[in-house]
Parts: sequence; C-alpha cells; structure tokens
Amino acid sequence: MKTIFALSSGRPPAGIAVIRISGSAAAKTARLLTQKSLPDSRRAVLRNLYDPDTNEQLDQALVIWFPAPKTVTGEDLLELHVHGGRAVVDAVLSVLEKQPDLRPAEAGEFTRRAFLNGIISLHEAEGLGDLLSAETASQRRAALMMSGGALGRQIASWQDRLLTISGQIEAGFDFSEDIEEDENESRQYLEAIREKIAILIAEHRAFEQRPTMERLRDGLRVVLAGRPNAGKSTLINALTGQDIAITAPIAGTTRDVIEVSFALKGIPMRFSDTAGLHESDDILEQAGIIRARKAIAEADILLWLGDADDAPDTEGEVLVLYPQIDLPDRLPIPEKIDIALSAKTGQGVDLLQEKLVELGKKALPKEDEVTLNRRQHRLVKDAADSLSLVMEAEDMLIVAEAVRQACRCYDQLTGKAGVENMLDNLFSRFCIGK
Amino acid sequence: MNEFFDIVVIGGGHAGCEAAAVAARMGAKTALVTMDSNQIGAMSCNPAIGGLGKGHLVREIDAWDGLMPHAADYAAIHYRMLNRSKGSAVQGPRIQADRNRYRKAIQTALSEQANLQIIEDMAESFQMDAGKIAGVLLADGRSVATKCVVLTTGTFLDAWLFCGEKKWRGGRIGEQPSLGLAEQLKALDLPLGRLKTGTPPRLDGRTIDWSRLQRQPSDEEPWTMASYGTGRVAPQIACALTRSNQQTHDIIRAGLDRSPLFSGAIEGRGPRYCPSIEDKIMKFGDRDGHQIFLEPEGLDTPLIYPNGVSTSLPEDVQQAFINSIEGLEKTEIVQSGYAVEYEFIDPRSLTHHLELKAMKGVFCAGQINGTTGYEEAAAQGLVAGISAACSVAGKTPPVFDRRNSYIGVMIDDLVLQGVTEPYRMLTARAEYRLGLRADNAVTRLSGQAKAFGALGAEMTAFVTKRQAEREKCQKLLQQTASSRDMQNVGAHVTEGASHSLFEWLRFPAVTREHLEKLIPELTQLSDAVVTEMIDDGRYAPYLERQDAELARLAGNDNMPLPDQLNYAAIAGLSNEMVERFSAARPPDMAAASRVRGVTPAALAAIWIHAKKVTL
Repeated sequence: MKTIFALSSGRPPAGIAVIRISGSAAAKTARLLTQKSLPDSRRAVLRNLYDPDTNEQLDQALVIWFPAPKTVTGEDLLELHVHGGRAVVDAVLSVLEKQPDLRPAEAGEFTRRAFLNGIISLHEAEGLGDLLSAETASQRRAALMMSGGALGRQIASWQDRLLTISGQIEAGFDFSEDIEEDENESRQYLEAIREKIAILIAEHRAFEQRPTMERLRDGLRVVLAGRPNAGKSTLINALTGQDIAITAPIAGTTRDVIEVSFALKGIPMRFSDTAGLHESDDILEQAGIIRARKAIAEADILLWLGDADDAPDTEGEVLVLYPQIDLPDRLPIPEKIDIALSAKTGQGVDLLQEKLVELGKKALPKEDEVTLNRRQHRLVKDAADSLSLVMEAEDMLIVAEAVRQACRCYDQLTGKAGVENMLDNLFSRFCIGK
Repeated sequence: MNEFFDIVVIGGGHAGCEAAAVAARMGAKTALVTMDSNQIGAMSCNPAIGGLGKGHLVREIDAWDGLMPHAADYAAIHYRMLNRSKGSAVQGPRIQADRNRYRKAIQTALSEQANLQIIEDMAESFQMDAGKIAGVLLADGRSVATKCVVLTTGTFLDAWLFCGEKKWRGGRIGEQPSLGLAEQLKALDLPLGRLKTGTPPRLDGRTIDWSRLQRQPSDEEPWTMASYGTGRVAPQIACALTRSNQQTHDIIRAGLDRSPLFSGAIEGRGPRYCPSIEDKIMKFGDRDGHQIFLEPEGLDTPLIYPNGVSTSLPEDVQQAFINSIEGLEKTEIVQSGYAVEYEFIDPRSLTHHLELKAMKGVFCAGQINGTTGYEEAAAQGLVAGISAACSVAGKTPPVFDRRNSYIGVMIDDLVLQGVTEPYRMLTARAEYRLGLRADNAVTRLSGQAKAFGALGAEMTAFVTKRQAEREKCQKLLQQTASSRDMQNVGAHVTEGASHSLFEWLRFPAVTREHLEKLIPELTQLSDAVVTEMIDDGRYAPYLERQDAELARLAGNDNMPLPDQLNYAAIAGLSNEMVERFSAARPPDMAAASRVRGVTPAALAAIWIHAKKVTL
C-alpha cells in the first residue's frame, strides 16, 4: 500500500499547519526531509526541513515520529507541524508530492486505513466523521458518544426486542403444529404483538424527533426575517460581530439568503439573513423572496422583525423583535413584542443572545443523548414506518413481513447490509488527512 | 474395469433416488449403487412427506418432475394442508404415507427409468486419476468407471445407534454402516463433523384404545402433491391425537440418567427443531403436556408412529412412559426408539452446485451434508443430479437462488453458513417468502427444468397447458375497473382512480368473488391458476418493495470476491471470522454478508481489502 500524505489541519493561513504522512515510507521521508536520523518515537523535536533536490531550507518544524502499529492509522506515521503560512505549506506539500513513494491522500483515506487496520470499528469511524467536523465543545461531546458506540447499543436493544417478536411470529408459521392455538387466542396473540410494537414505534419516533447530528454539526437554524429595511443585516452583524450582510438604507438590499455560522456560549448556530418580504417587480428580488420563505419554513428559531400579527407560521420558535429603538420615531415600543433592541447602541442585544442560548439548549440534543446522522435518521424512520404496518395488517404474513423489513433496516444501520453504499457515504464525508 | 457410467450415485435413499432419476431424465448414463435394492426409497423415520417448508421443497421437486411427489400421492393415506387458516405462502402440504406403497412407487419409477441401472453392492472406495474422480470400487471387487459421483450416504457414514445404555454400529436399524468410504473421506482430509438424530418407538395399533382419542381425518379438498398423475389412489384413514401428562414427564425425568443424550455418550448435536421427548421435558418441563400425533405406518400393518416422542431412553423407560399416556395404557412397543449419531461433511466444502471444492466430479447430497428430513435430502439429490448431468454434458447448471426457490435458500445456507445442528427447511429462512409459495413452484421453476430437458412427456404437457392458462388469466386480470365498478359488485372500496383488476387485489376489501362477478370467464380457468394469480396480486406491493431492495443491495454489495482471497491476511478480522470465511469462500459481497455471525466491521474490512486487491 502506498504511503499517503495530507494537510491535516485547516486551510492555511493559520498559526500552525499539521501535515501527516502515513505508511511504510514515512520513516524514509523523515530522514530525507530533516537530513538527520529518525527522532525518538512519540517525542516532539525541532528540525529544519529541506527540499532534498535543492537542499533549500523549507521551514523549521516540530517533527513527531509514531511507529506502527500504535498510531491513529495503524501504520508508521510522521507528523510535521510547520508554520501555517500558505507559502510554507505549499512548499512542503509539493516536495512530498515529488517523492515516488508518496501520494496525496484521498478523502477519508486516513480513517479508512485506521479502520482497515482494526484501529477503529465502523461505529467509531462513523462517529469520528462527525467528531472531526465538530467545532464546538457540545458537538465534540455528542460525536464522542457516537464514537463510543452509544448508537450501537440503542440499535442492539431494538434489534433484540424485535427479533424476539419476530421469532414468536415465525414460530407460529413453522411450528404451528406444536403451538396449539385456536382462532380466539391468535386474535389476542396479534394484539399482544401490537402492544409491544407500538412501544417500539414510539421509541423510534422519539428518536426521529431528535435533531440530527447534522443539526448539531451545522448549527441551529436561526432565521432573521421581516419587512424590508427593518435593520436585519445590521442586527446580524451586531450579533456575530462580523460584517456579513450588506447594510444600506435602501429597501431590498438583501437580495438573497446570507448565512453565517457562529457559536453563542458553545451553542452552534447558523444565522440566515433573508430578503425583506414585500411585493416587488424586481425578478432578482422575487427569487430571493421565494428562498426566504423556504428558509423561514425550515427555521428552528425565527427572529421576526415586523408586526407581531404578521409573523409567519412556522414549526420553530418565533421571537418577535422590535429593532432600531435608537431612532426617535420608533418610540413608544408597542405591546406583543418579545425583545426591543438597537443594533447600533447594543441595547437589548445581550438579552437576545441570552434568549437564543436558552432556546438553543432546548432545541439541540442533550449532550448525553444519542444523536443520529441523516443516514441513520432515515433508517430509523424506515424501520418505524415498516413497523406501523403491523398496526393495520390483518394477515399475519404481512405482519411478519413488516417485522422482517424493520430488522433489515437495523442490519443496514449496523452495516450488515448495503455495506458498500454505507462505507462510500461514510468515508466521502471525511476531509482528507483526518 | 469393464463397466462405464457418466454418473454413479452412491446410496438409494431419498437423495440418491432423486439424483439418479433426474440425471437419467437429462440423458446421462447413470448407475445407482445401493447395499440392498429392496430398501430403495425406504422411509427410515416418520411415515410422512411434506409439511411446513418441506411441502414447498416437494412442490419444487415436482416442478422438475421428480419422484417424491408422485410416490407420495401413490402412498398417501392421509392428506393435510398445514396452516390452512394462514396466508398461502406458509401453507404446507403434508401427507402420511404407507411405507410399503411409497417404497414400491419409488422402486417402480426407477426400474422404468431409461438410462438408469441399479447395482446392488457396497461402494468401498473412490478411484482417482490425477486428482479427478475416475471410478468407484465395489465390495465384490468390481470397479465401475465414471465421470461423476453423487454421494448420498445419509446416516450410514461411520454411524452409531444408541438406545439407553446400549450402543452398536449401524446406519439404520438392522442395516450395516458404510465404513470404507468414511475412512477414505477422512483420509482426504475433508472437514467432517458429527450430528445426531432420533426416532420414536413404533407401537402396535391393535393395542391402542382409539375410541378415547381425538380423530384427525384427511382433508376433503382434493389437492395432491404432484402436478399430474393418478391423484389420490389409496384409501384415506384418520390419524389420532393424544398428549403426554405429568406422570409421563415424571417417568422420563427419572430415566434421564440412563439416556445417552445426557450421559455424554452422544457428542453430535441434535436438531432443535425436532427435539427428543427427553429434550422437551428438560427444556419445557413446566408444560402440562406435549401433543403426540398417532400416525399409521400403512394400510396393511398395525404399526403406529407416535410423532412427537422421539427418544433414546432405555427400552423399559420407553414402555413405561408410553403406557402413562391416554389411550396407550395397554399399548405394546414393537420396535424401540433409538438415536443415531453419524458423520457429515461440512457443507461449506461444497459449491452452490453441491460439488466438493476439493474433489472435482464428486457431488454430495442429503444427510451427509448435515441436513435432516426426506424432503431436504431429495431436493439436494435433485440439485446434485442436475449438476452432475450438466457437468457431464459440459453445460452451466441452472440457478437455484434465494429469490426463486426454497431449494436455493437451503443450498445457499448450507454452503455459506455450514450447520451446527441438523438443518431443516423453515419458511422463516426464506426472505422472499411471499413469492415462494408451494402452489406456484411450477411457475417459478418448470421453465428452467424444461429448458434443461428434465421433464418427462406428461409433465411437459402439463407445464405447457398451465403456462397458457396462466397467460390467459393474466390477460383477464389486466382489464381495468373503476371504483364504481368495484362497488357495484359489492367491494367496499372508496372512490378513487381506476385500476387493473390485478392491481385492485392490493386492496384487502377486494375478493375473488368480486373479480368473478366482473369476469365470469375466470371461473372456467383452473382453480390453482386463479388462486396463484390472486396471491400474486395480493402480495405484489411487498414483492415489488423486496425487488427494489434486492436491486439496490445487488448494486452495492455484489462486488465479486476473488476465489483465492487470503482471509488470514486481512487486518482486523478475528481468527473466528477468518476461519468462517475461509471455509465458506463466499463468491461475492452479498454472499459474504450471509455468512454466519458476520459483523459489520468484518464485512467492511473484507470489502476494503477486496477493493484494494481488485484495483
């Protein structure tokens, strides 16, 4: 297997960039680049890095040598912590690329190798995918739960209970001679099965209601909306401290949905600033309004900057804001509003932030809860949908079929079926080099 | 070496007979070697054919024009459709047979079969030539040259019989075991294991008080096991039901220390699905009683087979517990029950065509592969016979897979998962159960059977006629009807779109009578064909869903796995999984996922490794 390398830390520029080299040629590469012998294992040492062709110094770097098999990939592993400027990183990477024993890693390849070498299990790999893209502390903790196999245990519990029911039903077919039941009993028997299935369905549905891993990873969807020129963009800038949206006192400046990710007290949020909702002949603006309506419908928290009575119906929480109270014509503050504030003076912004954190804690999965990613979420839903058939079917064969179908969903969740599909999906979500 | 055959079948049990007959039907010059030609087609355990899952196998054998369904109809003295109140996919046709009539029917069929010669002798050993089978050496010193051997030695390989503290060598009561072949197979280093099975005592029916027992008459509906033929020819007689009681259980408990099952004398695993009465008492001792079916062994014999009390307890204990049962107080035992422990070849050493991977030209079928039951044996015999005949003719054998047959399910299970107990067919094993019904076996399989030249003239005519009728029925059900039309004939459906009648069957409120009112021509078609089409329509949504799933999985999973894949070299596979995969050598990822106890991590590791190898 070829030795692979990749930039493991985020995109440059950054303070420090970490480049990982995994495989049998890692030791040789270390000697070649440092022009010295291998450092002691697992000890960070300072070394100059050189281009072996020109002997030109590339950088002064921290070099750590991890010999196989106790490494994150299970192979020999070299870590180069270089200065994170774009030029330095590019120079080191291009030197590595010239080496005949090395090639750049594909997406998720470090994890694949870890998995292949028995360093991590599939559940762990799946959890790791989320862990690696987790940016806030709560995301990291949830990803760690998954990595530790909490999901596996939950599925095992469902699987176990359903297999028991399935066994009962199947015995009714294959050993009906031994079971001695009359019609009346078989009616009660179906009812008893339905009772158990109903509990399982309820548990599945509760899981479905939980926000998915993606929600935790991508952040809570907070959407700002309201009439044009209501000061939305200014407010977003005040909340996030970044100059994101174009703010200008012309109605309809915000023509599209603009997004920014931000963490408030560790709660990941994705703010969307939508176009002002008003009738317009401008084609561009009309398209923006359609997108805004969609964003509103999907919002976890809607910050509404218009009249309380005009607030759109959504499934998420709605906070009615009364902005621009620094302007004299905005007084007095009307009733039926949640928070009055001024983005300009900062008045009320603290209150809004507090309220967002409070709602966010409610809407995001608790840190000790198992969280599902989208694929898992769909399979749990499929299993529950299959089980729902049991509640209507009169033909025991169809009942049995529904139960078997649900069992197959578990197989897919645990990777027993559709392996290739699941692995492709799993590994393609990884950034290279992690 | 003077005689030559394309195929030599060793063993005259249910597997051997079916193998020899189909090979001969397909044109191969075939010999059947058996120790006692009088015992050909003997039913060594229960006098019944068919049942749950097993009935499906019989109908699939019928679809290939096999012997078993015809012999069953000729011998049947009692017909019963099991699970009649449940969906058609789990209904199991079962008959009780007169043993002598059954044996006679099989022997007659074989003697009339062209291309087939019966050799009464014991097969001593294989003769090999350059690693390939070349002939079979017989006990009288003759040797028979051949291209293929079908080995169907049942429980006769290195077998021991047990009854209480007594233990003796033998394959079946009063018959010799086959020791020479077992030695040679052992020398070939094939993976072998031991299993056990058992049989109940046989009772003298004249000493049973029938008047006190619940009678179970034969079904009145005139269904048969075979598609064509003479139908029900033997007189029909009733069976009876009784049950064990607390006293019975106490007697058995007191004798357990003298049972070879619990003393450790028997090391082989017995079937969980057909437990001895000792096992039942040990596991379900709290039950107040276990059902016992009293089944006549024939029309002109007083022997009764008490189904449900298989045992290897000492004779005195057997006699005592039998007499504790209602109606059997004065009953005499004619032949005591016994257990038999025997050698089997790990079926994971076979291909899906039942050919030994290590010995080209040798096919194995029946109990030697770790299965139990006449039907399982006969179905494997059929496949081994077909495969051998195809091998001789240089043809690719037909496909029996999980989607088209119970036979396919059984073989896939055997060769991929191996066995830990005697393997019995169950409907639960079939993922595509709704489509694999006992009543549509001809539709599923006979086309292929016809193409391979395995059908006789009568069956060919039957299949052709049935196919035409099915097409006619299909056409009639393609007519569309509005929801108003359906309401007019009394179906409680809500207003909605028009559908074809076939599609209307998806609605539970639509019944056969509704369809017949709309299309009176349906009543002129054969009942079997209409029933089949109606069930197809009823279950269509589920089958479509399964097909879609199958297609999706095939796309994902079906990466072929190299035959020489070195599982030991795959990092992350436990020793246990390496052993299982090396034994089964699954041909592709889909098959790998069916290997017993496979974990997701193991599958993923294999997937990645194989991908790396093939890239």
